[in-house]
Amino acid sequence: MMAFNKRFFGTVAVAVVFYAVIQFLITGEMLPETYIDTLILLGINIILAVSLNLINGFTGQFSIGHAGFMSIGAYVSAILTYNFQQPYVVAILVGAVAAAVAGFAIGLPTLRLKGDYLAIATLGFGEIIRIVWLNTEYVGGASGFHGIDRLTDWTWTFIFVLITVLVIQNLVNSTHGRALIAVRENEIAAEAMGVNVTKYKVIAFVVGAFFAGVAGAISAHYFYVIAPNSFNFIKSFEILVFVVLGGMGSTGGVILGTVLLTFLFTWLADWPELRMIIYSLILVLTMIFRPKGLLGGVDASKLFKKKGGSSNHGTTAQG
Amino acid sequence: MAQLLKVDNVSRVFGGLKAVSEVNMHIEDGELIGLIGPNGAGKTTLFNLLTGVYEPSSGKVFFDGASVGGQKPYQITKRGAARTFQNIRLFGDMTVVENVMVAYHMHTKHGLFSSILRLPNHFKGEQEMRAKAIEFLKIFKLDGKADEVAKNLPYGEQRRLEIARALAAKPKLLLLDEPAAGMNPQETVELMNLIRWIRDEFKITILLIEHDMGLVMGVCERIYVLDRGIMIADGTPEQIRNNPKVIEAYLGQEVE
Repeated sequence: MMAFNKRFFGTVAVAVVFYAVIQFLITGEMLPETYIDTLILLGINIILAVSLNLINGFTGQFSIGHAGFMSIGAYVSAILTYNFQQPYVVAILVGAVAAAVAGFAIGLPTLRLKGDYLAIATLGFGEIIRIVWLNTEYVGGASGFHGIDRLTDWTWTFIFVLITVLVIQNLVNSTHGRALIAVRENEIAAEAMGVNVTKYKVIAFVVGAFFAGVAGAISAHYFYVIAPNSFNFIKSFEILVFVVLGGMGSTGGVILGTVLLTFLFTWLADWPELRMIIYSLILVLTMIFRPKGLLGGVDASKLFKKKGGSSNHGTTAQG
Repeated sequence: MAQLLKVDNVSRVFGGLKAVSEVNMHIEDGELIGLIGPNGAGKTTLFNLLTGVYEPSSGKVFFDGASVGGQKPYQITKRGAARTFQNIRLFGDMTVVENVMVAYHMHTKHGLFSSILRLPNHFKGEQEMRAKAIEFLKIFKLDGKADEVAKNLPYGEQRRLEIARALAAKPKLLLLDEPAAGMNPQETVELMNLIRWIRDEFKITILLIEHDMGLVMGVCERIYVLDRGIMIADGTPEQIRNNPKVIEAYLGQEVE
């Protein structure tokens, strides 16, 4: 277990150094505003993709309603800071809990559905949430919620990304994570081996929705305005593409996929026509040459394994 | 000897088809019982009724003195009945040792939050689980392949791993659904010895479905015969071998 601890602290140390360098550049005003925007957007996308990966990649439940959970976090937190003058952190946590409750509500009745059927049900759920915001005058209806304070900065984004990745990695690399993966691998066998399948599916939905809510809350407090249409099913698909491109069931792969696509989108923002062509080409080529995603099927524990090190990695990809 | 399993007048209807019809069975502690019957006789359906995958349409199943009515498969497993499957159901993308560790999951003491927060009892619990699983694999001579992905094992070893995984759940009753399916004669003989050895070593009760008559007759102490959902005979291998009803079910009626 010492090997595991060393690697764990090593990863955290690298992340903190990365944070400090960026923070130094920001305080020294050496980083253009647009770069900071991109970095924060990247952080939000990583939280979304890593949390969706818990549901889709590790537990094998094909959900495409992530934008719906995100919007709950965004709206609830915005209402709290704007209408009730609550502190930022409180707003984020309440928003995330609200999204988690929605995850529980959607998870429980749809558990009996599998594959495509679950996908359609979650898609429909996401759209219902969006329509609710669209028709609620209290949150601005179709024109959106305006005048949210910019309370998110690089530090907060980094903290929440770190918490998300750590919580999900720690969950996945434990007996509880093995129960989740067992559900994905063979539901009937998992149940026969004493795994409470219903409970673990709900856990995946609740934890995944919680962090989607965090991402929504962070983004609402950075971009000043939230509108129902930014949480439509296209947004859900965008998150799904991060996950599939990076490799379902591999947190490292999903982060890599998110970084690549987020930067690609930003760099190509000036050529909208070209952007979609390149984006599509990358997806097609990835699916031809790496059908399991960039890092899908790569056993990280074997790549970095020291002699006799522990291999309690749950990051094997879906077959 | 206490009675471990009692099947009391159990039927299961699918639409208009009576897959299992008013079946009675009892298994005493420590017995090694066979369940045979032609294809489509309802053997696997009966297994599914015993392990909670299906609810009986009528009748009751008692395990270890209490009814299993309304209980989910994982609850019945917790009470001490573990099974294997006719078509192997391993966790293919997990390693061999992880497959066994899943069976220990229901006995875990460290909760979700101590794993997320990486509290000391998480490390202690995980380490114990892993050590126990490796010890267990040694018994089945699979410890050399502990870190291999389960789906890459040869067929015979996958079967053995599935039995090992079921045994790791510490059952009182082990249900084996066609353990010798797809094995060559030599592997079947090894399996026979393994089953006998498991019974003596772990002091558990075993119920197995099998098509291989050599295996069933050689290893079981008592045999139940199911034909078209009806229990047509039970008794020692010798009695079953000479039972005209059983011969009829398998070979058809004698022409006069």
